Amino acid sequence: MGTAPTVARRDRLGLGTSPLRPDGGPKVRGEFAFSSDLWAEGALWGRVLRSPHASARILRIDTAAARALKGVHAVLTALDVPGSELYGLEFQDQPVFASDVVRYMGEPVAAVAADHPEIARRALELIEVEYEPTAPLVDPEAAITAPPIHPEGNVVRHIRLRHGEDAEPGLPGGDGLVSVEGTYEVGMQDQAFMGPESGLAIPDDGGGVDLYVSTQWLHVDRDQVAACLALPPEKVRLHLAGVGGAFGAREDVSLQVHICLLALSTRRPVKVVYSREESFFGHVHRHPARMWYRHSADPQGRLVKVEARIVLDGGAYSSSSSAVVSNAAAFSSGPYRVPNACVDAYAVRTNNPPCGAMRGFGAVQVCTAYEAQMDKLATALDLDPVELRLRNALASGDRLITGQVINGTAPVAEVIRRCAAAPLPEARPHPPAMALPGGAGRTADPARVRRGVGFAVGFKNLMYSEGFDDSSSARCRIEGGAITVTCAAAEVGQGFVTLVHQIAEDVFGTDGVVLAPAETATVGSAGSTSASRQTWMSGGAVDAACRAARDALCGRVAARHGLSPEMVSMRDGRVVSLGREVDLTLDEALAGDVVDESVTFRHAPTVPLDDKGQGDAHVSFAFAAHRAVVDVDVDLGLVRVVEIATAQDVGRVLHPLQVVGQIEGGIAQGVGLAVMEEILVTDGLVRNPSFTDYLIPTALDMPVVEIAGLVEEPEPGAPFGAKGVGEPPTISSTAAVAAAVRAATGLELPRVPIRPEHIALAAQ
Amino acid sequence: MAVFVPTSLEELLTARAERPGLDLVAGGTDLVVEVNFGRHRLEDVASLSRVPELGGWRREGPAGPGGHLVLGSGLTYTEMLDPTLAELLPSLAQAARTVGSPQIRNAGTLGGNLGTASPAGDTLPVLAALEAEVLLGSAAGTRLVPLGEFVTGPKRTALAPDEVILAARVPVARGHQEFLKVGTRNAMVIAVCSVALVLDEQARQVRVGLGSVGPVPIRALEAERFAAEVVDWSTGRFSGGEADLRRFGELVGAAARPIDDHRSIASYRRRAVEVCARRALERTMSRQAA
Amino acid sequence: MSLATPSPSEQGAYRLEVNGRGHDVVDSWAGESLLYVLRNRLGYLGPKNACEQGECGSCSVLLDGRLVCACLVLAASAAGQEIVTVEGLADSEEELSDVQQAFIDHGAVQCGFCTPGLIVAVHDLLGRLPDPTELEVREAISGNLCRCTGYGRIFEAVEAVRRSRLEASS
Repeated sequence: MGTAPTVARRDRLGLGTSPLRPDGGPKVRGEFAFSSDLWAEGALWGRVLRSPHASARILRIDTAAARALKGVHAVLTALDVPGSELYGLEFQDQPVFASDVVRYMGEPVAAVAADHPEIARRALELIEVEYEPTAPLVDPEAAITAPPIHPEGNVVRHIRLRHGEDAEPGLPGGDGLVSVEGTYEVGMQDQAFMGPESGLAIPDDGGGVDLYVSTQWLHVDRDQVAACLALPPEKVRLHLAGVGGAFGAREDVSLQVHICLLALSTRRPVKVVYSREESFFGHVHRHPARMWYRHSADPQGRLVKVEARIVLDGGAYSSSSSAVVSNAAAFSSGPYRVPNACVDAYAVRTNNPPCGAMRGFGAVQVCTAYEAQMDKLATALDLDPVELRLRNALASGDRLITGQVINGTAPVAEVIRRCAAAPLPEARPHPPAMALPGGAGRTADPARVRRGVGFAVGFKNLMYSEGFDDSSSARCRIEGGAITVTCAAAEVGQGFVTLVHQIAEDVFGTDGVVLAPAETATVGSAGSTSASRQTWMSGGAVDAACRAARDALCGRVAARHGLSPEMVSMRDGRVVSLGREVDLTLDEALAGDVVDESVTFRHAPTVPLDDKGQGDAHVSFAFAAHRAVVDVDVDLGLVRVVEIATAQDVGRVLHPLQVVGQIEGGIAQGVGLAVMEEILVTDGLVRNPSFTDYLIPTALDMPVVEIAGLVEEPEPGAPFGAKGVGEPPTISSTAAVAAAVRAATGLELPRVPIRPEHIALAAQ
Repeated sequence: MAVFVPTSLEELLTARAERPGLDLVAGGTDLVVEVNFGRHRLEDVASLSRVPELGGWRREGPAGPGGHLVLGSGLTYTEMLDPTLAELLPSLAQAARTVGSPQIRNAGTLGGNLGTASPAGDTLPVLAALEAEVLLGSAAGTRLVPLGEFVTGPKRTALAPDEVILAARVPVARGHQEFLKVGTRNAMVIAVCSVALVLDEQARQVRVGLGSVGPVPIRALEAERFAAEVVDWSTGRFSGGEADLRRFGELVGAAARPIDDHRSIASYRRRAVEVCARRALERTMSRQAA
Repeated sequence: MSLATPSPSEQGAYRLEVNGRGHDVVDSWAGESLLYVLRNRLGYLGPKNACEQGECGSCSVLLDGRLVCACLVLAASAAGQEIVTVEGLADSEEELSDVQQAFIDHGAVQCGFCTPGLIVAVHDLLGRLPDPTELEVREAISGNLCRCTGYGRIFEAVEAVRRSRLEASS
C-alpha cells in the first residue's frame, strides 16, 4: 500500500471501501455548524475569570462592581453552585469554581454573562479577588512525599508492578548479562485542537437546560453537569455540536457547568467561546513524565528484566491520571517479551496545570523511554536495533508484564519487518534552503547537515480497561420509508459518521439511512470517543442495532408471507425473498408498523490490576512501528523530519482513506512532540499559552509519510475484525524521531521535545 | 466614529495632530492582536491602509551608490518579495519571507515592524545593517532619524505622539547581502535570533545587524571591522580561512546581549548568532560575479 | 437555536461588501475585528475563530484579492474593500468549487475546522501560481494550521486540482 492509496468514491460504499464523508460538503462550504457557530435569539456572552496564581488562598471575592456594569446580567462564584461543588472524570476532586484556594494557574474563580463579549471581559476586570499567594508545589518527584496540596493527597495512584520470579529491584543474576540504564523526560504536550471550547446553553421553562457543546462524551458530561446543577439527569440535555478536533482534550468538563449555571441564572441563552489562550488553561494536557529505566538482556539480546520508575505529573486535579498511570505501568516495557519486571509508576498532584487524556495516553511517554533503552541495548550488544526488537517481539499467546496472555492478534514482528523493509528516501542532490533544517530562515549549511535514521515500535490497549463497564448504545428505527440510526458517539473528525453509513450499506444494502444527531435524551451512552474505541464499540453497537432491526423487519415479512425467516433478506434497501417472489419497499414491508431496536454493546470484561500490577486488565492491543529519517543542522540544532515510514496493525481496513488520515494526523502530533511542542511551565506559571509560542507542525514541518504496511489480521471478538487506528500512529513516532536525531548527532538526548540547544550546545 | 480611514497623508497628519497618541493600524498584525486579547483598550484609531503616500517604494538620487531607496511605511512584506525590489535589497526580501505566513506577509508592513519595534522584528536587523534612516512626518513637517536612534528600547521608539512613520530611507549598497533567522519551526515562527549581513563594496564595509539578541537591533561593530579585512574587495567575497570565520563568529557572538526567555536561552542565542554570522560571511564566497 | 446573531454596543456605522453583497453594520464597537463582524453580525460563519492572532489561518478571507486573516483586520477599516469568504468561492450555492470537491474526494477533511480557511488559501495559491512545486504548496499553506490530517491528504487535494486545471487549460 502506497501513501496515496485512494480517492473517496461515491459508487462503492460498504466496509473496506472509501465512500465520501457525509459531512464533507457542509465542511468545505463553511456551513457545518461547529459549537462556536451557534446562536440563539437573545443570547448572552459568558466568560470565566481565572486565577493568575498557581497556588494561593482566596481571601475575598467582591463582585459588586462587575454586577453594576451596564450590560452585565450575571456574576457567579462558588456560592452560586446549587449542587455538587466538585466534578471530575474518575474522581470528583475539581471545584466548579475555586472558593478558598486555587491550585493551578487558570483555575476558574467566577463567571459572567453580558450583552457583548467585550462587556463580559470588562466585567471580569471589575471582579476583585484578593489572593494570598502560597509557594506552589511544582516538582512531581517531591510531591510524592510533600505535604498534600489537596484533601485527597498528592499521590493519585501508585502502581507497584512486580512480574516474574525476579520481580524485586536489583540487577538480575546470570552469566554475560548486559544492562543499560537511562533517565528520560517528556514535556507537557497540548492537544491543540483547532476549534476552541465553546457551547450554547438554552434554559427551558421547567428549570432544565439544553446544552449544545463540543465534547468527546455526552453522557458523562451530562451526569457531571446535572450533579453540579442539582438537577435530575433528564433535565440536562446535551447535544453534540460540531467538534473542531479533540485528541483527549474534550474528555473532561471545561465550560459545561459554568455555561449552564449562567443560562439558568439569567434565564437567557448563553454562549461561551474560549479564546486560544483560555483554551490552553481550559483543558488538560498530556502528562509530563520523568522515567528511570534499567534493561537487562542475555548475550543473545533476549530481555531478561526491565526495571523502571515512572513519575507522571498530573497537575492540580486527578482527571484521568489513574488510567494514564495504569497504562504507563502496563506498557512500560514495550511490545516485547519480558519475563521479569519491576516497575513503580506514580501519578501525582502538583500545582502545575492539570493533565489527563491525550491520544495514546500513558503509552506515548513510556515509549520514548523504552525505545531509547532498546537502542542503547542494541549498541551494548552490538546488534542491529531492528534485529534486537525482532528477537523480543511479542506475539499472540505471549504474556505481558501484567501477567495477561495476549489472546488476540499481535503481529509485532510483522509491523517491524514491513516498516524496516521500506526503501529509504534518497537525499535531494541540491536541496533548496526551504527543504533543509531551518526552512524559511535560510540557516542551513548543507555541509553541516547530518542525516539520521531511527526506529521505534509501540503499542497500547484499545478501549477501556481494568474492569470499567465499557459499553455503547445504538438504536435503529425503521418507520415509513426511512431508516434512522441514533448513537451518541461523538464525531470529532475521525469519520465515525462515515462508518455508520458503511455499516448500513452492508446490513441493508443501502447507505440511505439517516444518522440522527448525537444527544443524551433519546439514546444511551456511547462512551467516549477516545482510547481508539468507537469503531469497535459504537461501530459494534450500530451494526448490532441495524441487524436487529433488519432481522425484525425481515422476520415479520417472512411470517406474513408464510416463509421461513432465513428466506427473507434485504437487498438494495428492499425486503426481498430468496427467489424474489417477495420484493417490497421499506414502506410496504412495514405495512404501517414500526421497527425500533436498541442495543447496548459491551466488549469482553476486564479486571483491575492487583496490588502487584497483575491482571487481565485489557481487551485488545494495537501495535505500530515507525522509522524516521531526519536531517539535523548539527551546529544550530535544528531538525528537519524528512520522512516517517510506518506499518500498523489494524485488524481490518474499513475505510482506507480514513485510515491513512488517522495515521498521517497521528504522526504529525508525534513529530510535534519530538521536536517542538511543549507547554512551558515555570513555578506553576504557563509561559506560552498561544499559537505564537506553542508551536505545532506546519505544512513545512510535516514529513512525507510512507505507509509501508497495514497489517490485516482480523481481531477475534472485534466487530468487523477491525482494531482502532487512532492512537498507534502517535505512540512510537515521537520515539522514532528522537532515535533518528540521536543517530544523526551521536548525542544521548534523553528528553523530548528535543530543543535546538540540546544539540547545538552539546555538540561542541 | 472611532475608526478613521484617512485617504490622504494630510488627512492622517491632521487627525494625528488633533488627537496626539491616536492609535495607528496598518496590517493589524500587532495592534489588533493586542485588542483581541484585551491587552489594549482601543479608543480612537486611524487605519493607514488607504493613505496612498505611505505605499510603495521609490529611488532617490543616483541609481547606484550614493543614491537611496525610500520604502513607504505601508510596504507589505509580500511587496518586499517583489523581484525588482528583492534584487536591490535581497536581505530585506529574505527577512520578509520569514515573517509569519502568507496571510501575515500580505497584511503586515515595514512601518508596523518599525513602530512596534519588537526585539524580534524581522526587518529591523536588516535595516540596521543597511544603515537605514526612518522618515517621520507630522503636520509640522518631517524629520529623518537613524534607525539606531529611532528604536530606543524594546517596543519603544522615538516616534512623537503627533508623528507618523512615513518611510525608511536606505542607502543603495553594492555587494552581497544575507539574512538568516533561527526558529524552532520551518516557517511561521518568531525569531530566536537573526543575523543580517550587508557588504558595501563602495565603502568597503561589512555591516552586521543582529535581531532577538538584545533589547534593540544590534550592530556588531568590532566584527564588522574585522570582516572588512578578510573580504577581497576586488571581488566582494570573503577571502580568509577557517580561523577568520571563527574569529568573526566570536566577535559577533560577543556583540550579542541575549536573554533567557520562553523561546530560547541566552547561551544558545549567542551560539546561534555566531554560527549564522560565519555562515553568512562564508556565503559571500559563492556570490555570482556582478 | 440558529446560526447568526447580533448584539448592541458602543458606536460606528459602516458598510461592508461581502461576496458581492453589501451589508450595513451599525452600533458596532471600534475594536471589533472583521472576523467578529463577519461571524457575529453578518452571519458569515465560514471563517473560523481559532487563535485571534493570525497564527492559524482558520479565518482566512480575501480582502481586495489579498489573502489575509480576518481576525487581524479592524472591521471598520475594511469598508469599501471587497471581501470574499469561503461562502463566496463556488459559482452558486448548489455547486462546489474544484478545490472544495477535491478536499472531500481526497480525504483532506477531518474535523473540518481549518478547512474553510485552507480552501480560501488554496484558491489564492492556485490563482496566483497555477503550477506550484510541492515546496511552494507547503509554503503557501504554512499559515493554515491543521491538527487532524498531518496535511498529507491536503497536499493530495491541491495536487489533484493543480493537475486537472492544467489539463483543462492545455
